[in-house]
Amino acid sequence: MPLILTEEQAMLKEAADGFLGENAPLSHLRKLRDSRDADGISRELWRAFGEMGLAGVIIPQAHGGAGLGAVEAGVVAESLGRTLAPSPFMGSAVLSARVLVDGGSDAQQAAWLPKIAAGEAIMSLAVDEGAKHAPSRITTTAERSGNGFRLNGAKAMVLDGHVADALIVAALTEGGLTLFLVDPVVAGMDIERTMMVDAHNAARITLSDVQVDADAVIGTVDGGEGLLEGALNLGRACAASSLMGAGDQAFQITLEYLKTRKQFGRAIGEFQALQHRAAHLYSELEIARAATLGALQKLDAGDEAAPLAVAVAKAKAGRVAELAVQESVQMHGGVGMTDEYDVGLFMKRVRVLNELLGDAGFHQETLARSQGF
Amino acid sequence: MRDLEVFRAEVRSWLEANCPPEVRGPAASEDASIWGGRKAVFATPAHKAWMEAMGARGWTAPEWPSEYGGGGLTREEAKVLASELRRIKAQPALLSFGIWMLGPALLKFGTEEQKKRFLPEIVRGEIRWCQGYSEPGAGSDLAGLQTRAEDRGDHWIVNGQKVWTSYADKADWIFCLVRTDPEAPKHLGISFVLFDMETPGVSTRPITLISGKSPFCETFFDDVRVEKANLVGTLNRGWDVAKYLLAHERTMIGAMGEVGGGRPLGQVATGSIGTDDEGRLDEPMLRARIAELEVDAAAFRLALERSGDQMKAGQAHPAIASMLKYYGSELNKRRHELLMAAGGIDALEWEGERSHEGAAARDWLRTKANSIEGGTSEVQLNIIAKHLLQLPGA
Repeated sequence: MPLILTEEQAMLKEAADGFLGENAPLSHLRKLRDSRDADGISRELWRAFGEMGLAGVIIPQAHGGAGLGAVEAGVVAESLGRTLAPSPFMGSAVLSARVLVDGGSDAQQAAWLPKIAAGEAIMSLAVDEGAKHAPSRITTTAERSGNGFRLNGAKAMVLDGHVADALIVAALTEGGLTLFLVDPVVAGMDIERTMMVDAHNAARITLSDVQVDADAVIGTVDGGEGLLEGALNLGRACAASSLMGAGDQAFQITLEYLKTRKQFGRAIGEFQALQHRAAHLYSELEIARAATLGALQKLDAGDEAAPLAVAVAKAKAGRVAELAVQESVQMHGGVGMTDEYDVGLFMKRVRVLNELLGDAGFHQETLARSQGF
Repeated sequence: MRDLEVFRAEVRSWLEANCPPEVRGPAASEDASIWGGRKAVFATPAHKAWMEAMGARGWTAPEWPSEYGGGGLTREEAKVLASELRRIKAQPALLSFGIWMLGPALLKFGTEEQKKRFLPEIVRGEIRWCQGYSEPGAGSDLAGLQTRAEDRGDHWIVNGQKVWTSYADKADWIFCLVRTDPEAPKHLGISFVLFDMETPGVSTRPITLISGKSPFCETFFDDVRVEKANLVGTLNRGWDVAKYLLAHERTMIGAMGEVGGGRPLGQVATGSIGTDDEGRLDEPMLRARIAELEVDAAAFRLALERSGDQMKAGQAHPAIASMLKYYGSELNKRRHELLMAAGGIDALEWEGERSHEGAAARDWLRTKANSIEGGTSEVQLNIIAKHLLQLPGA
């Protein structure tokens, strides 16, 4: 498989970029932020996402989706990274959809997949608990109780969890990890909206004796680890794509600035000190782009090396995007520090995307272990 | 897809039969590398057999047309071959400036006669080539070269000096930039010619480097006769050939960041330092640095592959080679810094059997040239700024 987008994938990219450029440019984020929007996302935009076929990108056609793969999901995620648009895409169309497609019962799939694909339902995955992403250290428990289970614990970084119509909660059961489909309005659920530095939203959720039926289990009891890992890996690869989108967009804006901003009687882009830094950053972005596409393709191919490729992509894209936004603000000088200029928004978004689903350190740990050191 | 799997099976069984155990696994040292040529030196008879078998099959240059001795493989087939070679940890059957640099230039600019004459013997490793580019006064400013070729009707007489000529003392032929029009602007008076290093008037003098080794030479031309039939491309337009070839050279040097050579860094480190109860390298700071480098290396490997795919698809900008050269050579330098840290005190040995005559230290020092040879990192960044980013005044 050549490491370039196919013609269809390139068309999807054009469509997604075009759609977001028109319907959710940077001003969309600013509007949601400055109006202190009650939801922090636009349900109208989410429905339009559904109509465009973007919300159901990985959902099978039988459930109203487009039946496409990881590369296509990554294409959409990259476009979202470019305009920084808040969207339930990651929580719903990537993480939750992957879990349901891979492990959902017929009833669970029928209930939720078509609604996600249509951009009608918002779902989210509740995994993280502490300050860092660490799925191997989950402490939320699910004890057998009556006909089902009783959940206790605290979750964080539940993307758009405050407006979710359904949640997938990862909890420890007797012999392993189990995923539960949980209604957010049942007794014992305490959901607190977290407005983040990038004006996107997540939720902190406390589960106190939350009672769910046995049919809330997704997949099998104690068998949730593989299911979760599959979804997390798709999510990580898509987060890498968003990092690429945000990092590259900040770079493009900065490149334009280097060509137009004049000091000492000439464009600042004429100074070799800045030229070399821009050229270095360009190189890093190209390397990271290849790693990201490589990971997405391996996920689609079901390659056994996919998890490692995803770790490489998320680590690399994260570090490179971080460099991109830092250089962007620095090269803009004083105006880069202003809220009016856009580059600062990219810096904020990249910080969140870096933390999401494991930062570079987390993924470099994965690589070290896989290489036996 | 099905055909590719058939091909993979064929490759696998052919390699089983033709790749001797002596050339599988990491090479003992750089000296075991196979370079071929009239004066070829092989570590073992198996190394010679490996080169010859691969050469006869055309798989030393898998994607070159079979009419010129190449493998005639599609890009996808070549990837299969490469992955099968990686799988059995086969050492390269032939390292060759002919394959990496001259061949692509001949395929693009050479006459039919030149291709038929030179390419098959490159593929089979019979002739070893060196590159006459840099001069004492023409380093980063390569087009300022002064070696001159005087027109004598059916031939030229060449006089001048080259420097940093890699393995000139071991090479059979040279591809060389000479000034054929001293009056023209510097880029427009250069020609690209080929000649035998045994031609009277050619002499070489190895330069001892900080590694104690002499991979580079000074090369002197004193009234050297060069046939006009050995001009590649158009007279005085050698810069076009030179630039095209440089792109391949840069990709090659960049690719060293991928090969890395020898055992994986993490293994070297655990081997010499040891591990904790959980099997982690017992030196957490070094472990983090190695992991960071290996992420970059894995990503770079994909970028190399991608650039090849883009080239095939006609989507590659020629200056991409500068990006790969810059990145790969810096990566290789980092890798060897970490290899030295991983080896610790053991890596400091300069002589003796235990350290393979100081292989680690010498290889480490050798890599410092990676970001200088083939155009410095700074020159590559200039090219990226100008041609890929279109920054003003670059």
